[in-house]
Amino acid sequence: MLEIGLSHYLTVGAIMFTLGVFGIFLNRKNVIIILMSVELILLSVNINLVAFSTHLHDLVGQVFALLVLAIAAAEAAIGLAIIVVYFRNRGTIAVEDINLMKG
Amino acid sequence: MSQLPQFTPILPELIIVCLAMILLIYGVFRGDGATRNISWIAVLGLLVAAICVSAIPAGKILAFDGQFVVDDFGRYMKWLVLLGSAVAIIMSLGYNERESISRIEFPVLILFATLGMLMMISANGLISLYVGLELQSLSLYVIAAFQRDSVRSSEAGLKYFVLGALSSGMLLYGSSLVYGFSGTTSFTVLADLFKQPATDPSVGFVVGLVFVMAGLAFKISAVPFHMWTPDVYEGAPTPVTAFFAVAPKIAAIALFVRVLMGPFGELFAQWQQIVILMSVLSMLVGAFAAIWQTNIKRLMAYSSIGHVGYALIGLAAGSEPGIRGILVYMTIYLVMTIGAFCCILAMRRDGRMVENISDLAGLSRTHPMMALAFAVFMFSMAGIPPLAGFFGKLYIFLAAVDEELYTLAIIGVLTSVVGAFYYLRIVKLMYFDEPAEAFDKDSNREIGVLMTVAAMLTAFFIVFAGPVIDGAEAAAGILFSG
Repeated sequence: MLEIGLSHYLTVGAIMFTLGVFGIFLNRKNVIIILMSVELILLSVNINLVAFSTHLHDLVGQVFALLVLAIAAAEAAIGLAIIVVYFRNRGTIAVEDINLMKG
Repeated sequence: MSQLPQFTPILPELIIVCLAMILLIYGVFRGDGATRNISWIAVLGLLVAAICVSAIPAGKILAFDGQFVVDDFGRYMKWLVLLGSAVAIIMSLGYNERESISRIEFPVLILFATLGMLMMISANGLISLYVGLELQSLSLYVIAAFQRDSVRSSEAGLKYFVLGALSSGMLLYGSSLVYGFSGTTSFTVLADLFKQPATDPSVGFVVGLVFVMAGLAFKISAVPFHMWTPDVYEGAPTPVTAFFAVAPKIAAIALFVRVLMGPFGELFAQWQQIVILMSVLSMLVGAFAAIWQTNIKRLMAYSSIGHVGYALIGLAAGSEPGIRGILVYMTIYLVMTIGAFCCILAMRRDGRMVENISDLAGLSRTHPMMALAFAVFMFSMAGIPPLAGFFGKLYIFLAAVDEELYTLAIIGVLTSVVGAFYYLRIVKLMYFDEPAEAFDKDSNREIGVLMTVAAMLTAFFIVFAGPVIDGAEAAAGILFSG
């Protein structure tokens, strides 16, 4: 039987984090996908924190994870609000159209 | 029964948070007509908070289970941040009214952002660091997109949000690794962890440190994490850009210094190379990329990237004079930037903002006093003695030479020569070119007063140098007293 240990959780966290970062940089279609990638990054951090917390028998990590969850919600709300404002002005939220300023 | 925590150390923060909420409710009932009153009350509140910062008993005080620290370093940085925020609110008054974005949320959001910055400066643990940073960032995203009918402002907000959220994510990922491999989030415990000789940090811990540094480098816009800066500075409304250029940058530098010198101070060998690299790249990009800019706000963005590069030299030195150099540099940077943005705010033609550098042509003939003030700021940013900017650079370079970082000091001097080219080009444009159409004459009084004060402080820095340097000395000393 395979014992699921700390390193497995960390690997999952690292993979999710990488996926999130690549989602932000490689995605050329929709800003909403970027928002999802940001959430993915924050959730990968939560996996790390909770895994470490259990491993170290220390509650601080879980407290930290709860705070991250709360702030992630606020961040998503503000991100969506800004996207709505942008859509009203431009009529599009395609990533390749966000190019008014360059150089 | 648990004891009530000590509230005296967080008195300035308490004042700001109560004031922000009261003003929000007041504003909701009174409507946007009350914006001017609310703004002045907010400015007053920030100044009262600054007085309270000085009223807290001296020395290093830990509060809230060691999550919150008040020391001389924090006090000095808090003064700068509170001053920068107060000035930014004053600068926004006239502009927001003309652009009809004079809404009550603006001063309230600035208050919340300032609260976040104070939390960042006083953070003594990874959790309070993150919460303070997010409180600041979330308010700033909204302020960047404040001119919500403008495509450019909302695009600035969107870009700032995406990259800011990414940087917070990196910082957080780093924090989780640091926590996991050291078993603590407290800066005090972290600092003691590597005090004993022969305790090398694990690889995971160093990876975490690098992630934390990358996240913070985004916030201070050090190269290679600077790409959001020019776009956000150009797109955001001008008073917001002025605010971004002073308060959040100073708070982020304070945080960067505190994190690296405090909990990770014993790992100097590990992070010094990264700081040197970021410093060199920031100075180079700040100097060379600015040459081709035509928009003055974009130019200021690259200029601020360059200034961060110089400030980081002091951190790379890692010595007490180095940190003192950073504090002096940031003080002078605050004054110069406020002054320069006052000039930019006065660039209006037929009631519309103009932002091209070529619009400044022949300013000396149409607006001699403004041209003089702008020239003082440009000369000072270029680092020409006896103006303030020269002394900022002097202390930084002296610290670098003391620590035998000769290459870094030489690159710094060379890039400031390149930087002088584009600063002086503006002076040449104002004094020797054929005048463009004159700017509107009716610029408001607040801007004029701020511009004059900033120009005086920049031009006659030698007179005020004593208290600034003494204050910076005491503030830097506390980071090394263990």
